[in-house]
Amino acid sequence: MSSATSQLLGLIVLLPLVGFLFNGVLATRLGGQRLNETVVNFVACALPALSFVLTVVCFMQLEGGGQPLLEATYTWATIGGQSFGIGFYFDRLSAVMTLVVTGVGTLIHVYSTGYMHGDESHPRYFAYLNLFLFFMLLLVLGRSLLVMFVGWEGVGLASYLLIGFWFDDPVKAAAGKKAFVTNRIGDAGFLLGMFLLWGAFGTLDMTAINAGFMGSTPPAVSASLVGILLFVGACGKSAQIPLHVWLPDAMAGPTPVSALIHAATMVTAGIYLVARMSGVYMHAPEASQLIAAVGVATAFFAATIAVVQYDIKKVLAYSTVSQLGLMFVALGVGAYAVAIFHVVTHAFFKACLFLGSGSVIHALGGEQDIRKMGGLARRIPITFVTFAIATAAIAGIPPLAGFFSKDEILWFAYASEHGGATWLWALASIASLLTSFYMFRLLWLTFFGASRMDKEVEHHVHESPLSMTGVLMVLALLSAVGGFIPVAHYLEPMLPLPPVPEALHHHERTLIALAVVFAFTGLAGAWYFFSGTAARAAGVRTRLAGVHRWLTNKYYIDELYEEALGRPLGWLSKRVFLQLGDRTMFDGTLHLLAATARRGAVAFAAMQTGSLHRYALYVVVGVLAAVLWSLRHG
Amino acid sequence: MDKTQFLLWVSLLLFSIGLLGLIVRRNLLVMLMCMELMLNGVNLSLVTFAQRGGSVEGAVMVFLIFIVAAAEIAIAIPIVLLLVQHRRTLDAGAYTDLKG
Repeated sequence: MSSATSQLLGLIVLLPLVGFLFNGVLATRLGGQRLNETVVNFVACALPALSFVLTVVCFMQLEGGGQPLLEATYTWATIGGQSFGIGFYFDRLSAVMTLVVTGVGTLIHVYSTGYMHGDESHPRYFAYLNLFLFFMLLLVLGRSLLVMFVGWEGVGLASYLLIGFWFDDPVKAAAGKKAFVTNRIGDAGFLLGMFLLWGAFGTLDMTAINAGFMGSTPPAVSASLVGILLFVGACGKSAQIPLHVWLPDAMAGPTPVSALIHAATMVTAGIYLVARMSGVYMHAPEASQLIAAVGVATAFFAATIAVVQYDIKKVLAYSTVSQLGLMFVALGVGAYAVAIFHVVTHAFFKACLFLGSGSVIHALGGEQDIRKMGGLARRIPITFVTFAIATAAIAGIPPLAGFFSKDEILWFAYASEHGGATWLWALASIASLLTSFYMFRLLWLTFFGASRMDKEVEHHVHESPLSMTGVLMVLALLSAVGGFIPVAHYLEPMLPLPPVPEALHHHERTLIALAVVFAFTGLAGAWYFFSGTAARAAGVRTRLAGVHRWLTNKYYIDELYEEALGRPLGWLSKRVFLQLGDRTMFDGTLHLLAATARRGAVAFAAMQTGSLHRYALYVVVGVLAAVLWSLRHG
Repeated sequence: MDKTQFLLWVSLLLFSIGLLGLIVRRNLLVMLMCMELMLNGVNLSLVTFAQRGGSVEGAVMVFLIFIVAAAEIAIAIPIVLLLVQHRRTLDAGAYTDLKG
C-alpha cells in the first residue's frame, strides 16, 4: 500500500504534551507556581491551536497527495524478534477525527480560560486538559491497536483526573472512581480482542488486520468474537448499556471537561474504534447485530431517562449517551461513515450545549437545577441564542447539523442490507422524538417562563465574558452549518456505505418527512407541557407517578449493580480477602512469628539477673560443659 | 608425688579458691583479687607444663600474660573506683543494671 511520510504527525501529538509538562511543572505547586494566569492560559491554548494548524497542514498534504500519511517514529519494545513500534497514521478517517479533536479541543481550551478564571487549581486544570488532548491524539493517530490502546487508557486517566478535579468533594472523587472502574471493565474486553488479533496475525497494525480479514483466505480467528470483544471496550468508553452508568456521574467535573471529554471527543473513541476496525465488523454480522441492538436500546432508554432529569448537565449527559447509541446503530448496520458524520456534528452541537450550560451555571453562580432557573433568555441573550441553535440542531430541525446526520442514521437503520430493520428504525425514531422533546423541555425550563431563581442569585445574573460567548458563537455557527460538511461522502472511498435494496429507495422521502415531523412533534410537546407554569407536566407527573419514579431513578440500574455486583464483591473482599486472607493468614502468620520471638526473649531475659555472681556461675557451667564435651568427643 | 604433679595440684587449688571467691564474695575488689588468683593458677599450670616439656615458650607466654593481666587490672580498678563514687558501695549486688 503506497503512502507518503510526514514528520508533522508526531509533532501534532506531542505539542499538547509539552503544554502538560510546562504548565504541570512550572505553574503548579510542584514547580513553585512560577507562572501567572495569563502565561498559563496562553500556553495551554496556543499549543492545541498549533496542533490544529498542523493538522490542517497535514490535511492539505493528504488531499494534495491522496495517500495516507505515515510516520514511524520510535521502536517501543522488541520482544523475541517481534518489535512494537509507535507509529502514526493519517488517512481520511483519522483526519476527520483529528480535526474535530484539535479544533473543538482548542475552542474548549479558550472557553476554559473564562470558565476557570480565578480557580485556585487553574494551572492543574489546564495541565490535565492538555494531557487529555495528547492521549486523545495518540488514540486517533496511532497506527497500531497498541498505540491506540495507550491513548485509550490515557484518556481514561485524564477523564478520571478531571472528573475528580475538585477532589475535596467526596461525591466528585467517587464519580471519577466510578468512571475509571467502569472503563476498566471495557478495557479488559479491548485487551482480550487485541490478544486474539495478535495471536492470529502477529501484528497489531490496524490496516494489516483489516486487510487480513478482507483477504481471500479466512483468518485464524473468529471475526465475531474479536468484534464483540472490541465492542465491549467501545461500550465502556462510549457509555453504552450495560456500561453506561459512569457518564451521567462524570458530570461532576468542570463543565468544559464535560463538553470536551464526555461529549465531543473521548466518548466517541468507541465509535472511532469500531469504524477503524470496519474490516473486522464487515465480516462479523453477529457482532454488528449486537452493536445495533445495544445502540438502539441505549439510545431509547437514555432518552427516556433524560426526560425527567432536573440537573441541566444530567439532561445533556443522558442525551449524549442516547446520541452515542444512535451512532452505534449506524455502525451496527454498516454505515460507518455516517456514524463518523454524526460524531462530527454531535461534537459541534453537544459541545455548544455543554458550554452553553456552563455559561448558564456560571451566570447563576453554580446553580444546576433547572427548577431554579427560567426566564433567562433576556438576561443572557448570547448564551440563549447559541443554546437554542444547538438545541434545534440536536433535535433534528432542518437545515441544522443534527438533522442531516441523524436522518442518514435513521435511513440506514431502516434500509441497510447489513441488518437494517423496521424495528431499529422505529426505536431510533422514538429516541429522536424524545431527544427533541427533552431538549426543548430543557430550553423552555431554562430560558423561558417566569423566573424561579432565588432573589440573591437573580440579582447577580450576568452574561459570560467574550472568551466564553465567542466560543459559543463559533460552535453555534458550526452546529447550524455543520450538516453541509459532506463527511460521509468524504469517507466513502475508505468506509463505503452499505447497499440499500432497490425496492426501499422510494421510502427515503417519507422517512425524511417523518423525521422532520418527529422533531417538530417534540418541540410542540415540550411547548405544550412546559410553557407557562408547566402545570400540564405536573399533572402528567402525578398521574404517572410510578413511571416517573422509575425514570427518575434511572431504572434502578445503579441499585441493581450495587446489589448484584457491588455487595457480593464487597462481601468477598471483606470476608474472604480482608478477614480470612489478609488478617488471618498473612497477619496471623507474622503475628505468630513475632509472638514466638517475644516469648523466647522473655524466657532468656529472665537469665539476665544483673548479678555478677550468677554470670560467673554460668561461665563455670559453660566451661565445664565445654570441657566435658571435648573430653567425650576429643 | 613428683614435682610436676604437686605444682599442678597447687595450680588447681589456686584456681578453685579464686573461682569460689568470685562466686561467693560480694566485694568488688575481693572479686578482682580472686580473678587474679584464678589467672595465676592457670599461669602456674602453664609454666609447669612448659618445664616438663623442656621449652622456654611457656615461660615467655607467662610473662606476656602478666603484662595483659596488669593492663586489665589497671583498667578494672579505675572502673570500680568510679562505680563506687557513683553508688557509694563496693557490693556487687548494687550493680544490677544489666538485668534483662
